[in-house]
Amino acid sequence: MSDSRPVHILQGCGVTCATTDLPVLKPFRAPPIAPSGLAAPVVIGGAALTCVALLFGASLAHAQLGAATGRDGALAILLRWAPLIFQGFLFNILISFLAMALGTVVGVVAGIAQVSLAAPVRKSAWALTQFFRNAPWLVLLFYAMFLLPFEFRVLGLTIAFPAWVKAIIGLALPVAANVSEIVRGGITSIPSGQWESAESLAFSRRQTMWMIILPQAVKRMIPPWMNLYAILTMATTLISVVGIQDGLSITRGALIAESRPDLMIPMYLLLLMMFFAYCYPIARATLALERRFSVRA
Amino acid sequence: MAGRHQLGDPVVVVRGVEKSFGPLTVLKDVGLTVRRGETVCIIGPSGSGKSTLLRCINALVPISKGSITVAGREVNDPALDKLALRRDVGIVFQQYNLFPHKTVLQNVMMAPIHVLKQDKAPVEERARRLLERVGLSAKLAAWPGELSGGQQQRVAIARSLAMNPKVMLFDEVTAALDPETKKEVLVTIQDLAADSMTCILVTHEMGFAREVADHVYFTDGGVIVEHGSPEALFGTPREERTKAFLDKVL
Repeated sequence: MSDSRPVHILQGCGVTCATTDLPVLKPFRAPPIAPSGLAAPVVIGGAALTCVALLFGASLAHAQLGAATGRDGALAILLRWAPLIFQGFLFNILISFLAMALGTVVGVVAGIAQVSLAAPVRKSAWALTQFFRNAPWLVLLFYAMFLLPFEFRVLGLTIAFPAWVKAIIGLALPVAANVSEIVRGGITSIPSGQWESAESLAFSRRQTMWMIILPQAVKRMIPPWMNLYAILTMATTLISVVGIQDGLSITRGALIAESRPDLMIPMYLLLLMMFFAYCYPIARATLALERRFSVRA
Repeated sequence: MAGRHQLGDPVVVVRGVEKSFGPLTVLKDVGLTVRRGETVCIIGPSGSGKSTLLRCINALVPISKGSITVAGREVNDPALDKLALRRDVGIVFQQYNLFPHKTVLQNVMMAPIHVLKQDKAPVEERARRLLERVGLSAKLAAWPGELSGGQQQRVAIARSLAMNPKVMLFDEVTAALDPETKKEVLVTIQDLAADSMTCILVTHEMGFAREVADHVYFTDGGVIVEHGSPEALFGTPREERTKAFLDKVL
């Protein structure tokens, strides 16, 4: 084909055009707007942070300037309450840790039960999982708070059952159901050839599960599990509804004590930023892990 | 006709086996005998139940009717100790199915250590020797994902051999490989057969079957149409179906 000469159609469209003798009209494909994968998130993230900072500064300035003479400045009030709000926030984190730990232990057992060979075990685990996964968290929390006794009597011993422990159980219920689904999904995502080859090497079912299937599945479970943890952390503020002193109830209490409605925006924003600073890195790490695992698989 | 091997007692005896998945019958009155040291090839068109038959022999798939005995152990028995049976039967799959989270050496060592409860040191020594035998001494610390298909398949063979099985089953082990890597795997199997390992191969490699087999079975539609020595089956097939199949593939 010595006489073939390349004809570029739609030059400048940014698409590599094939060479051809025929006058073909190729479909128009616009080049991507963002030049790289990095720029867009950085720009958007930076813009969002700037907006929050502006809102925080503006609302604070407004409150500062609008204050009547002889009263404390807005910034002074905010700084006075900040340590207490932060303590409340730390309590939220503590609750999230314990609820996640309890929910994970129960959820892993339930998830493994969901792939059990025994039909009654498998079906009841499935039913429990579906029930708690599709129930509103606040309703479950109410049940835990008001149905569990405030103390247990075992062999003459009285074990106190304080509200925060009940709150942990209430939050752990939906967490366990979600972990159960994550575990079941992770296990079933492992190709059946792995089961087959382990079985043919005379591994028992339990050995196959613990030595061959779960080690591979855990990698796939970690990103959704971290995602669930971030959601739980934010949901811990629900416990303020049932009367536990957490970050949210302290913030609300502070606003009432100061009776300064103009401080509402900066004060709640302070709490929001604490949660954001904690949850956003988790979200980023989840994404990074997901990407790394998907490349390897 | 005399086989390539001095044959011993029957190791695998299949009698009147039927297997159906729901309304679909994939094996009908299948019978075959494999003696110690013998190499048996099963050929036939896709979907003729060859792979199912192999999976029935190590009880991965239960049979509906008939009898299979492996080293005197009845497979079609509700009280069968499946794990004991599988310790005697090695199987290699088309898709290798290595454990991706373990290195090559660990893949080979896992079953003897955890299933046979053998000591680590002798198992490791044996695993090294087996991997040397399949030509992979340089890949002991590699991960399965880093190996070519042929190398993975040879690891899978070594992994099965590490259990010291009485019989090895090969389920279309070269079907997913390209021609070059196919050869390394076939040579490995040929070595095994020459070493008097009892082997049952399901294969589409007719030339290979003709070369290594002591006995060849041709299956179609879940029945054994014809069997005999490779010379007889490939040279002078009696049945029309066998002829038609061989005409197509050779």
